[in-house]
Amino acid sequence: MKYFLRKLGLLAFTLFVSVSLNFFLPRMMPGDPARALLDKMENLQPEQLDTIRAAFGLDTDDPVIVQYGRYLRNTLRGDLGTSFSRFPTPVSEVMRVALPWSIGLMGLCTIISFSLGTLIGIAAAWRRETKLASATVGFFSFVRSFPYFWLGLVFIYFFAFRLRAFPIGGAYSVDAARGGAAWWLSVLRHGALPAATIVVSSLGAWILTMRNNMINVLAEDYITVAMAKGLPIRRIKSMYAAKNAILPSVTGFAMSLGFVIGGGLVTEMVFAYPGIGYMLYQAVNAKDYPLMQAIFLFIAVAVLIANFAADVAVMILDPRVRDGAK
Amino acid sequence: MIKDFLKTLVSNRKSLVGLCLLGFFVLVAAFAPLIAPYEPKIDRLETVAELGEPSLEEEIVSEDYPSDSRDVIVYRSTTTREYEKTVDYFPLRAKPSAEHPLGTNHAGNDLFSQLVWGTRVSLTIGLMTGLFVTALSLTLALLSGYLGGVVDDVITFLTNVMLVIPGLPLMIVVAAYVTMKGTLPIVLILGLTGWPYPTRLLRSQVLTLKGRDFVRVSRSLGERTSFVVFREILPNMISIAMAEFFASSMAAILGEATLEFIGLGNVTVVSWGTILFWAQANGALLSGAWWWFLPPGICIALVGTSFVLINFAIDEISNPRLRKR
Repeated sequence: MKYFLRKLGLLAFTLFVSVSLNFFLPRMMPGDPARALLDKMENLQPEQLDTIRAAFGLDTDDPVIVQYGRYLRNTLRGDLGTSFSRFPTPVSEVMRVALPWSIGLMGLCTIISFSLGTLIGIAAAWRRETKLASATVGFFSFVRSFPYFWLGLVFIYFFAFRLRAFPIGGAYSVDAARGGAAWWLSVLRHGALPAATIVVSSLGAWILTMRNNMINVLAEDYITVAMAKGLPIRRIKSMYAAKNAILPSVTGFAMSLGFVIGGGLVTEMVFAYPGIGYMLYQAVNAKDYPLMQAIFLFIAVAVLIANFAADVAVMILDPRVRDGAK
Repeated sequence: MIKDFLKTLVSNRKSLVGLCLLGFFVLVAAFAPLIAPYEPKIDRLETVAELGEPSLEEEIVSEDYPSDSRDVIVYRSTTTREYEKTVDYFPLRAKPSAEHPLGTNHAGNDLFSQLVWGTRVSLTIGLMTGLFVTALSLTLALLSGYLGGVVDDVITFLTNVMLVIPGLPLMIVVAAYVTMKGTLPIVLILGLTGWPYPTRLLRSQVLTLKGRDFVRVSRSLGERTSFVVFREILPNMISIAMAEFFASSMAAILGEATLEFIGLGNVTVVSWGTILFWAQANGALLSGAWWWFLPPGICIALVGTSFVLINFAIDEISNPRLRKR
């Protein structure tokens, strides 16, 4: 229970830090980004100017601490401000349209990549003397050093531009009626390349983590004992070795989730996939700070909650944590 | 200690390949002006040739004979030289050719030269950030691991908080606010978002070493703290700190390329990331100009691979279980 409460406390505090970062970042920056933005955007409507001033706290003479209190209250209520670039749509509305695409794409990719990577990692550790195992490990460590977005560009070039097997970008076909079978098929076809990009680039991390954990576990005495007892190899591999090796992978899950989501964001940008990554790209180009902040906050909250869930999973899976924290 | 470590690195096949790869790129960066056929941002070649001999003309302006023994003659001499200046504009968006091995971009800059010069910027930012992150996290790790107590609590807590806040979105948001664009701001942004993970790893190493007998002996003999930290603990952290240096440098090169690609860096500087930014902005992909966007990515991947290979070797040296039996 103490473990659970400590993790819950950490979750609450990190949430608080993320929210506060959003407030203080623009106010701490050298070079006054607000002024730079106002100078650059001359042909704005007066209402838009007001939004910008409000976003940077230029519209009041209240001390920063009062502004901060108001910001915290608004954020808790889900009021994240108004988008500059899609004026006068509230930021939360813009996000609502983009979210399902990202959750679908990245969620699916994370699950595929985690399960596939873990399985390959187990196999690569079990047969690590074979050529195939070292070739696999070598190949994926090479792939891991590609930038995600570049791999996306290469996929677009070969599969969409050269072979014309997949669409170049977007998430669905505009010709098909939304919700129909043809539409869903087009969603799958549009998602294939971005998904492949994310899975291929993130697979290596899971494989390497799992392989190294597994090799460490395989050197433990209880594996040798199990072997000596003549237990079935399959049983040793899955119940004795893999089960214990997977724990650090689960602990690292959330941290790696941050990387996967980061990579997913950039992948969406390359494929013009209408999720929050592409939205972030547009927000950055339009200097739409409220939208940018909201997207950052959302991603942070999602990763933090996933992190917490992984901690809870470890607590349930690992008796040392579970019993030690009675 | 350092000598032994380097010797093992060179004797390991993986790290030898990695070191050679890295060395190649360092050489390219150092001798960029000699290797690149053109300046990175030049779009034309100007040649000036002198035509014929200069012609000399003399013209008498005034003559005066003040006395029998003195003449004063004022004359103007004009030399005329003729030059021929030829300006050869590079073709725009050209395919690879003998003059331009990797073709040219939308502005007519030679892409091979850009790639060579870009090595300098990308590698500098990567290695500088790696150094910055390693120094920062090593300091924090030694402080929190060795001193313990409140210092440890505060640093560990901060590390845990920053560790779970997703790095790339934070980096993008911070970079979007920074109005100054240059090498130093990018290094700072990459460094300040990259320190938590290495700090955690290094701290646990400090804790392990602190419990070892030789450190205990040294402490109970009453050695000064600086002696224990710098002479006993630090030398034993070289391999793990090196591993963190290479991992951070790789993350920085990838991060820099990503920021530049999104357009958050300085797009007027020539680096691997900005080549990709301009390639994307000018539809290199859909005009089939593979020579524009493939090479920078391959270079990034090769540098990354060299770091990964070196780190594999360091892992094998420091963790005997991973070594092939």
